[in-house]
Parts: sequence; structure tokens; C-alpha cells
Amino acid sequence: MAEDNKNFELKIITPDRTFFEGQVSMVEFNTTEGQIGVYKNHIPLTVIIKPGVLTITGEQVLKAALHSGFAQITQDRITILAEVIEWPDEIDRGRAEAAKDRAEKLLAEHASTTDIARAETALSRAVARINVLR
Amino acid sequence: MASMRDIKRRKGSIQSTQQITKAMKLVSTVKLQRTKQRALNSKAYFSYMYNTVQSILSKAGTINHSYVTGNDSTNKAVIVISGNRGLAGGYNSNIVKLITKGDLADDELIMYTIGKKCREAFNRYGYVLADDYSYMIEAPDYVDAMRLSAVLLNQYRKGEIGEIYLAFTAFKNTVSHEPTLLKLLPVDQNDMSTDADDKDDVPMNFEPTEEEALELIIPKYVASIIHGAMIESVASENGARMQAMDSATSNAEEMIDKLTLQYNRARQGSITQELTEIIAGAQAIS
Repeated sequence: MAEDNKNFELKIITPDRTFFEGQVSMVEFNTTEGQIGVYKNHIPLTVIIKPGVLTITGEQVLKAALHSGFAQITQDRITILAEVIEWPDEIDRGRAEAAKDRAEKLLAEHASTTDIARAETALSRAVARINVLR
Repeated sequence: MASMRDIKRRKGSIQSTQQITKAMKLVSTVKLQRTKQRALNSKAYFSYMYNTVQSILSKAGTINHSYVTGNDSTNKAVIVISGNRGLAGGYNSNIVKLITKGDLADDELIMYTIGKKCREAFNRYGYVLADDYSYMIEAPDYVDAMRLSAVLLNQYRKGEIGEIYLAFTAFKNTVSHEPTLLKLLPVDQNDMSTDADDKDDVPMNFEPTEEEALELIIPKYVASIIHGAMIESVASENGARMQAMDSATSNAEEMIDKLTLQYNRARQGSITQELTEIIAGAQAIS
């Protein structure tokens, strides 16, 4: 019975499909305020997602690259509205590496024309993708 | 009575038109199946987003943010979604009528058109047109919706537009589609019905603060609604076209039946006439 009680409902929706739906015991992801891990009975909270690795711990541990969106946490349910999210097998490693190099180069150059915020987002996305594959 | 040849020619032309409408009906039926499925898939995100923004606004109390309070500009941006092609029954004209016959004052409107048909119509009526986004409707994509929402929010923040509306055709089911006008910004706090999510009456916490969260969520909200509206409109367009082509095909069938009857009568008439002539000729000789 203790086993059952630890679980709560996780639902991840994207504009095109329902990405994940099921009972899980823990969810970890990256937010604007830092990494968080959520168990059951968390206080109600709405957080904004930053690019990072999403780890779902349920019957098995699943990882995905979560790039943007927001999450609504209530005591027995988490709803993640993800604009961009990918399973590891949907990621093109070569492209992620190339994007990482490109973003790093842009940031290193420090040219005044560079859109720093955009380059940083691109970099963190690429890093998230690579981390998921690891 | 029309001559046999004339009737035959008309029948032939109707028959080939019927073949075209029949083919178009089949094509749009297939497209409808596909777009309907997409509309269903994205509906979850669309309605969740709407409910979340609702519950944020209802639980957060008074929020002092321009997305809620509005700005001084009287200009209203209207995103109108129609098709790029005609032959879809009333689909395109209904959405245009929604604006031209609507309550919004015409001279304050700036039209952001998605779809060639409504752009042509608004141009004819002399509305102020912004950029053309017709390419988006060919393959509605979330990235496109994000781009359009960024453009609009940028102008909203600069105070060039004071309100943002969205006109699209809601897909109720295969045979019923409803032109709908939705106010996107400023978000009306009183307007939002909270009964949908009222069961969890716990106060919501926000990280970062409510204002900052709203600042980040609203662009996503606008983008997702535009995206959802595009997908529903495409499904409606195919549904409307399927219906229009179906009735065109059956109308053609009816006309062909009628012409066949006329043709046979004309043929019978000419045979009778020929016979009478032959008999008359034979009698004259004898």
C-alpha cells in the first residue's frame, strides 16, 4: 500500500500530442529558479521551465530533453505544458553537437551584434539534448 | 425544344464537372480525417493552456500587468484565419462576415490575415491590412504561431495596438463549424468563467512571482491559441469543402438525370418525326 501512495499523476502535453501520461513517483526538471525534484504532496506551484533534462521516475526511469513551457504542480498531479520536448531517440546527436559548438563560438566572440540571450538559450538546449543522450 | 446535340453537349460538360467535384470531395474527406485527428490531438494542450491561464488569473487576485490592464491604444489587431482556396461553401465568406457585420468599429481594426481568401475580401472592403501570413495555413506549425504571437506582443508592448482579437472557425464536428471571435489580450479577468477548475481551491504559488510568471506564460498562451485556432480552422475548411462538394456532386447527378430524360424525349421525338415524314413521302408517291 505504501508503494501505491507514493505515486501521483504526471501529464505532459505538447501542442501536437500528449507526450506522456501516467503514474510516477518522482519528476525532476530544470526551472528558471533552478533544478527541482517533485514528489507527491508538493505544495501547489506554477513554475517556468528552462532547457534541461526531464527525469521521470516511475516503474522505470525515463529521460527526455525538455526545452520550454511551464509546469503546474498540485498535490496529486503535475501537468507540464511543454512547447518543445523530445525523447532521446528523437534527438539528432550530430545536430546537437553542432549547435552547441556554434552557440559557444557566438558567445566567445562577444560581438555586439550577437543576441546573447538567444545564443545562451541555444546553448542550453544543445547541452540538454546531449545530456539526455548520455 | 433544345436539339439533341445541345442536350448531349450540356450533359457531357456537367458530367465532367461532376467528376471534378467528386474527386475534390474524396480528397477533402481524406484531408478531413487527418486534420480532424490533429485537431483532437492539440485540443488537450489548447484547453489546458486556457484553463491554466484562467486559474492563474482567478487565484492570483489583482495583477498589475499590461497583459491584464491593457494600454491606451485604441487600435485593435484582428487575426483572421481563412483558407487559401475557395470552393468550400460558406467557409471563407462566413469568417469575413463575422468581422464586417460584427460589433468592432471598422476604422480601428488592423487585419493580420492568415489565408488568401480573407485577405482578398478585406482588401476589397478597404480594411487596414498588416502583413500576410497566408503560408501558415498550408501546414499549421507551432513555430509559425510563436512567430506571429511574438510580432503581435511586441506591438502590444510598444502601445501600437491596444487589443488583440482572433477570428477563426471552430470545429464542432464534421458537419458543424462555427465562426468564432475570441479576445486574446488584454485578458479579461472578469470574463473568465472559473467553474471549470474550481474543485481545487488551494491557493497557487508562483516561482518566480505572479507578474513574472504571467509575463512568460502569456506569450505561450497566445501562441498556443493561435496554433489551436489554425488547426481547427483547417479541419473546418476541409469539412466545409467536403460538404460543399458532396452537395455539388448530388446536384450534378440530379441535372444529369433531368437532361437524360430530355435527351431521350428529344430522340423519341426525332424518330417519330422521321417516321411521319417517311410515311408521308410513301403516301405521296403511291
